[in-house]
Amino acid sequence: MDILVCVKRVPDTAENEISVNGSGTDIERDDLVYSVNEWDNYAVEEAIQIRDKVGGSVTVISVGDSESEEVLRREMAMGADKGILISDGAFEGSDGKGLAVILKTAIEKDKYDLIFTGAQADDGAGQVGGMLAAMLDLPYASLVNFIEVSDDKKIKIGREIAGGQQEIDEIDLPCVLSIQTGINEPRYVGIRGIRKVASVEIPVLGASDLGIDQGLVGSAAAKVSRVDYFMPALGKGAEILEGSIEEKADKLIELLKSKGGIK
Amino acid sequence: MAFQIFTYILHKDGVVDDTAAEMAAAAAKLDPAASVTAIVVGSKTDPVCSSLTASFKEVWKIDNDALAYPNSEVIRGLLANVIPKGSIVLIAHDHFGMDLSPGLSVKLDGAYLPDAVGFEGIEGGKLKAVRQEYSGQVSTHVLCDISGGAVITIRPGSFTALAAGSAGGSVVDKTGDALTSGMPGGKRRFVEVIEAEVGDVDITKSEVLVSIGRGIGEQENIEIVNELAKAMGGDVSCSRPIIDAKWLEKSRQVGTSGKTVKPKVYMALGISGSFQHLGGIKGSPFMVAVNKNPKAPIFQVADIGVVEDLIEFVPMLTEKINEMK
Amino acid sequence: MDVILTSPAKATIIGMPAVVLSVLITLIGLGVLVFIVSKRLIPLNKAASDPRMDNIKQRLINAFMIPHHKMPRYFLASVIHIIVLTGFIIISLRWITLVFTGFSDFFVSPGLGGVIGLFYGMLRDISATLVLCICIFAMVRRIYLPKRYQVPSRYGRDKSNETMLMLFLIAFLMAADMFFEGSLASAQAQYGIYPTKLLIPGTGVWAASKILSHTPIAKLQSVYLGFFYFHQTAFFLFLCLLPFNRFFHLMTSLPNLFSMKLKKGAIKPVKWGVPDDKLEDLESFGVKKFEDFTWKHMLDFYSCADCGRCSDQCPANAVGRPLSPRFISIKAREYMFNKYPVWGEAQNTDEPLIGTIYSEDEIWSCTTCGACEQECPLMIEYIDKIVDLRRGMVDEGMVPQSIQKPLSALEKRGNPWGKMEKKRADWTKVLEKENGIKVNMIEKGDPADTLYFVDSITSFDDRMQDIARATAKILTAAGINFGILGSLEKDSGNEVRRFGEEMLFQNLKSINTEEIKNSEVKNIVTADPHAFNALKNEYAGIPPVEHISQTIVKSIKAGKIRLTGAEDTNKVYTYHDPCYLGRHNDVYEDPRAAIDAIPGIKRVDMEKCRDRSFCCSGGGLMLFYEPEEEQRMSVLRVEMAKQAGANVIITACPFCLVNIEDAIKVCGMEGKMEAIDLAELVAKHLG
Repeated sequence: MDILVCVKRVPDTAENEISVNGSGTDIERDDLVYSVNEWDNYAVEEAIQIRDKVGGSVTVISVGDSESEEVLRREMAMGADKGILISDGAFEGSDGKGLAVILKTAIEKDKYDLIFTGAQADDGAGQVGGMLAAMLDLPYASLVNFIEVSDDKKIKIGREIAGGQQEIDEIDLPCVLSIQTGINEPRYVGIRGIRKVASVEIPVLGASDLGIDQGLVGSAAAKVSRVDYFMPALGKGAEILEGSIEEKADKLIELLKSKGGIK
Repeated sequence: MAFQIFTYILHKDGVVDDTAAEMAAAAAKLDPAASVTAIVVGSKTDPVCSSLTASFKEVWKIDNDALAYPNSEVIRGLLANVIPKGSIVLIAHDHFGMDLSPGLSVKLDGAYLPDAVGFEGIEGGKLKAVRQEYSGQVSTHVLCDISGGAVITIRPGSFTALAAGSAGGSVVDKTGDALTSGMPGGKRRFVEVIEAEVGDVDITKSEVLVSIGRGIGEQENIEIVNELAKAMGGDVSCSRPIIDAKWLEKSRQVGTSGKTVKPKVYMALGISGSFQHLGGIKGSPFMVAVNKNPKAPIFQVADIGVVEDLIEFVPMLTEKINEMK
Repeated sequence: MDVILTSPAKATIIGMPAVVLSVLITLIGLGVLVFIVSKRLIPLNKAASDPRMDNIKQRLINAFMIPHHKMPRYFLASVIHIIVLTGFIIISLRWITLVFTGFSDFFVSPGLGGVIGLFYGMLRDISATLVLCICIFAMVRRIYLPKRYQVPSRYGRDKSNETMLMLFLIAFLMAADMFFEGSLASAQAQYGIYPTKLLIPGTGVWAASKILSHTPIAKLQSVYLGFFYFHQTAFFLFLCLLPFNRFFHLMTSLPNLFSMKLKKGAIKPVKWGVPDDKLEDLESFGVKKFEDFTWKHMLDFYSCADCGRCSDQCPANAVGRPLSPRFISIKAREYMFNKYPVWGEAQNTDEPLIGTIYSEDEIWSCTTCGACEQECPLMIEYIDKIVDLRRGMVDEGMVPQSIQKPLSALEKRGNPWGKMEKKRADWTKVLEKENGIKVNMIEKGDPADTLYFVDSITSFDDRMQDIARATAKILTAAGINFGILGSLEKDSGNEVRRFGEEMLFQNLKSINTEEIKNSEVKNIVTADPHAFNALKNEYAGIPPVEHISQTIVKSIKAGKIRLTGAEDTNKVYTYHDPCYLGRHNDVYEDPRAAIDAIPGIKRVDMEKCRDRSFCCSGGGLMLFYEPEEEQRMSVLRVEMAKQAGANVIITACPFCLVNIEDAIKVCGMEGKMEAIDLAELVAKHLG
């Protein structure tokens, strides 16, 4: 089974306080470190596990600047067979749809049985997978937290839906799936692993290599664009409720109701 | 010019989901002059449709026995058949909306604006919307060109629901139009829904968490917290000391060494608020802290603080919530 | 000498000279033994290299001194063992003598004639009698084996039968010799001939001679010869059975002690002989398959006497984690015996050990506290093996999810929480504001003679920052011109290395080394024993490192700081020895001296203290690991402090403080027990 996983380099925000820069045009990036989007990492692990079970290959692809090569290497160190970096100044400012067009063009150059994306990214909204599937006219399922490869025509998947329930579907191949965290336990990749694949060549493809219609990508084609960043109004510590214990309870109930805390 | 707005209605067991009224509110905020049409897809949807006529001028119905379970692959095809290009479609950003919407925007050839939490007017054919990034740590304004139509998903809970009015709308059966070329989306077939295991709550999925820490004092006191969680429709989680005392199973622990949770509302009862614990809470929930120690660090990060002994406060709160219901 | 009974060398059995039997038994016995031992050496030849031939003099001393030094830590067991060991050494001469007795009439070992021989005989009789009694006692005890020595089913099968057989053989050897000698003595007595040896009443030989006192001479002759050959057969059988069970340590303990690890505190390199900068070229890291162990580690497996002291002291075992050091050795030995059998071909498989004999959780459960190694009378190494196994797992990507994040944060940000580097010195701000102490920032060019190496937890954890501030106050009071690296400092990597992430450790080490060298300080002080251990034992080319407790004691002695009287004389303090200060670096006295320098302070020691200190559940990355366990180590530790009558636990390590403060809350002892760091305590009492 030949599997393609779309991965993205994102700021590592676990313990970092994200703040907005002075002009509000971007977040403060000076002190940020970057890594592969967490969801994508689960997707790559899943792809590797499927390949190890039924054979085939795993390719990781990323649209980004030259620094995205680092995340491709990390995923290759995990066990992906091949990496492709798509990079071109013309792609800058693309919206989700633009990204989907770029990926679609690249994907059409090869044949894949399974295409994975992460279910979402910290700085996105889980949109590319669904659009990509529609553009390729392939079936799509989001939030996949279970995959069972039954044969080379179809697979069984589980989707994470509300309240801890799981929706089980059967889906024909090829298909596009967005992978949810928790589907597996991604393996660890250390510095050593990355150095081992340091010399593997990662092809870099630009707009002309892909033969992409430049009218469909980049900021000019983007229908959705970010204007600015701002900090959401943050409380300076808790608002301490005053009054008798009963008054406090009453006030709290009103607040909880308005915040969806009472169902 | 007024937009043609459609809102996709989530419903289950004949009951309309709360998000429907929120979508109506979002539509009104987007363009007060727009005509808003609700779309109901499913099987035996008449009760759902008729209840919606109070809030929507028009309710489109696509009803077929094969649509009993909402399969987004099927529904996307149906919607593409009936929704005119250039329309604006509002969908709740939940597991179904995430499944359906990106592809629908491609089929309708419109813009796709995911996970909006607010609208701030239209500037030159572009909708100015608010989104959140990095687990809600920063917000952004985005401009979305909706002149050629758009699919917009709305984060549930971000628009205050509109009270049902007396729109006196009508139900239009669009089943025939939707199914002109047969049932679409056969490549993904629904099999079943596996229920969450009883007694094994996945707190990472809970929207409301009532979380306890050492302040609970004794194991017997957990019962009062269970009652509160039940009244609120939430689940009980805890910090590490409770796990160590073996009062709750490990799967309920919130923290860097436990589960990472993303609830909407987090009640921290008798939790002091170590960074190991707080590290397990993501997505900036509405946090209420109840602690008898006014200096507990949890009050630094909570939205609302109640300085009381939870043993007294919690049963009272539960009683009042139950009364209210 | 009058000959009443025909000696084995002269006798004939069924018409055949008995000497033929002697030759046969000896040749077959020795032949089989050589064959077995040579088979046992095969895996050692396939093992990884491990240089252990340096410092021969020290090694020779170790080989003969260690067991006697270590064993009495378990008093009764050790008294018994020392009697048996001494007995065996004495009797071994007799065994050699008896081999020759089979060929040569009344062979006398050189030097054992005359009076010396007479004394030797008496000593031997007493020894043999004691050994016999102990063997019988041991066999009985084995029937009623205490629960803590039983083999839990997850660790394999019970080996009592083998042990019984070996004990029986030893007892039989003793008894057979007694009857061999006793029959001669009886014959001599019956003929009124002056006996060859002095019979001490109560000894086995004496008893045997009494039993045989009325046995006719002809029968005595049979008993005499019979027991000789029983003995010889049993003797070689015993020798040949040694390499099949725990009694193998009779052969391997001397070489094992000789080749013991000499340098404490440092983890073995990934591969001996490969310098740090060539590590990248290695195909594989750590121990994955059995042959990845070094020969010394395999010899450890052979040498384990299965005494159980390691597991008895192991904190992981005590709290029900799936780790028992004893079975790290025993399972490997079983595996080794099966893979390299004496009879038959060695199996040519390269299966991974994890998942076969060890589980992932088992190997991650170790806190590297060193209690097992401290206890082992045979100086078997555990930490290096655990770390080697972890290196193998890390290389294969098998790292618990909860540890992956801190590891990647360490890689990117130099601390396990992924906090921003620029915040590393934030703890100094309060100090400057509230105490007017301005800490020199080496990164900003402030000069300093001494580097205070803070390390991650003390830099970033709100509570532990108090330790940093207390340390700064002490250094200031002592008039030491110190500075910190601030954002240039990275985690010392002590735990990174112990979690098997060698390359990351090497990175952290080289960055820190570079910055320390650039700072041009003359010495280093730290309040974190983990940093202390890494800087002292695993870094190279940096100025000497001191723990703050050492600095305090020196400063007090030099009169630079004076401590005021104890704040609260109702408090009873106890000092908890951090593993990386005590066991790994032998710093036991300085922290106690520092505490005792506070006039009027009451201090008691817990029962488990100094080199038997009980781990708090570990530091560094261990904070992020969630083992399956029945209770927390730190809770047990707090209970131990309570038992000692203390109500304040003094630690000298931020991780101990985190764990113990947590434990006090967990067991609801807030208000009754408190924990404080040594630096905090001293800072509070600065005069």
